[in-house]
Amino acid sequence: MTVDPGRIDELRARFSDSGLSSRRVEVGALEDEAEAMFDRGWTDGLPVVAPTKARVARMLDGTTRSPGDIVTLVPPSLVECTIEKVAVNAVMAGCRPEYLPVVLAALETICTDEFNMHGVLATTMGVGPVFVVNGPITQQIGMNAGINVLGHGNRANLTIGRAVQLVIRNVGGGQPGGIDRATHGSPAKLSFCFAEDEGGSPWTTLAEDRGFDRSTNVVTAFCGEAPRILVDQKSRSADSLLRSLASGLLSAVSPRTVLAMDGLLVISPEHMARFRDAGWDRARFMDELGAYLMVESDEILVGAGGIEEGLPESMGGLTLPKFRPGGLLVVHAGGPAGLFSAIVGGWLNGPMGSDPTSREITP
Amino acid sequence: MNDTKSTTREAEPPMGMMLLDPTSEIAPSGRSRAVRMASLEGLTVGLLDISKPRGNVFLDRLEDHLGRRGATVLRYAKPTFTKPAPADLRHEIASQCDAVIEALAD
Repeated sequence: MTVDPGRIDELRARFSDSGLSSRRVEVGALEDEAEAMFDRGWTDGLPVVAPTKARVARMLDGTTRSPGDIVTLVPPSLVECTIEKVAVNAVMAGCRPEYLPVVLAALETICTDEFNMHGVLATTMGVGPVFVVNGPITQQIGMNAGINVLGHGNRANLTIGRAVQLVIRNVGGGQPGGIDRATHGSPAKLSFCFAEDEGGSPWTTLAEDRGFDRSTNVVTAFCGEAPRILVDQKSRSADSLLRSLASGLLSAVSPRTVLAMDGLLVISPEHMARFRDAGWDRARFMDELGAYLMVESDEILVGAGGIEEGLPESMGGLTLPKFRPGGLLVVHAGGPAGLFSAIVGGWLNGPMGSDPTSREITP
Repeated sequence: MNDTKSTTREAEPPMGMMLLDPTSEIAPSGRSRAVRMASLEGLTVGLLDISKPRGNVFLDRLEDHLGRRGATVLRYAKPTFTKPAPADLRHEIASQCDAVIEALAD
């Protein structure tokens, strides 16, 4: 749709007062427009769709909000960002108009004090915003919660996450090598967005766990690194699998960190079957898991085990949880076959860093 | 360069595509210029003759000067000065040279 605007969009762009106020940039007749956009630094390293007036006007049909409305202040430059600017970048990312409300909510979610997109962008640690979408909209716009959920192949998942990142780059000025000085970076800086498999889960959804109604469309942003697979192909009991997942979770980010970083656990359908068969609900799972996520601080003090990284001496003699209360988000997603789950390690949490943040998606 | 046929096919000058700026519009929209060369030593410089009369005389002198400053010189010519350089020629220059000088005048 965005690459082949209908005739009506072309006519509207030519003859109606579109209300679009973005500066017009003419690409020379002999220039290749894709190359011209690379040259101007408008892309994330992949080609983008040319944001013509017709395409942007059509994108704006995806929301009831006016093009000139201010969405938020976008870091790092803290520039006022209009609906129109988001639409321009959504076109470039390859979004369909019906994705725009999710892009807008995702952007609003991360441009907050709680999520702290400025710090997430500027940190040398390879993290980025990870978006989990809940609610009926995920099926309406064709988001993927199944096979390859954290990978490639689904336009909605990939372009929504990408559109948000393009706004950070283009409107906020968050260019790699500029304010963004990540040591390794992360695929999450390109696009990391997926839906929870709600219908296939015996549990409440992530959004419900965070206080929303199941019928509400919600985007949750988590500051995370790239996903890491947790393999367990042999556990047949809930308790065995729980211990197994816990041992993997303890090494999230580093075995030497406790309480300081959150986590996002993505449980696959075949792993979830162990807990379904045992009759566990989300609360039971979290309670039981918590018992296996306790760490003896003496084992991770500075110098313990010959490793200088660790907790200060003053924290000796304590038994501490790996994650702070509410610091482990759990969602159900993935293909129907495969005895794997995935952990997305976090970044500094709380006022010093980033808190998981949720927001309702509105038209 | 035997593409006169293909370049005469377009009766009217083609229109450029008009895009909406995706940035905050704080910076000018034009592209920044290429970084100036600190020295010509060891560089390959293309001399593009647009096929106007005596352009070769000017470019011959430039070639002498550039050679004395350590540059390798490659010569190119447009099929005709009335049309933009063909894409293949532009690509050839861009891929073979570090810099290019175009001779415009009669």
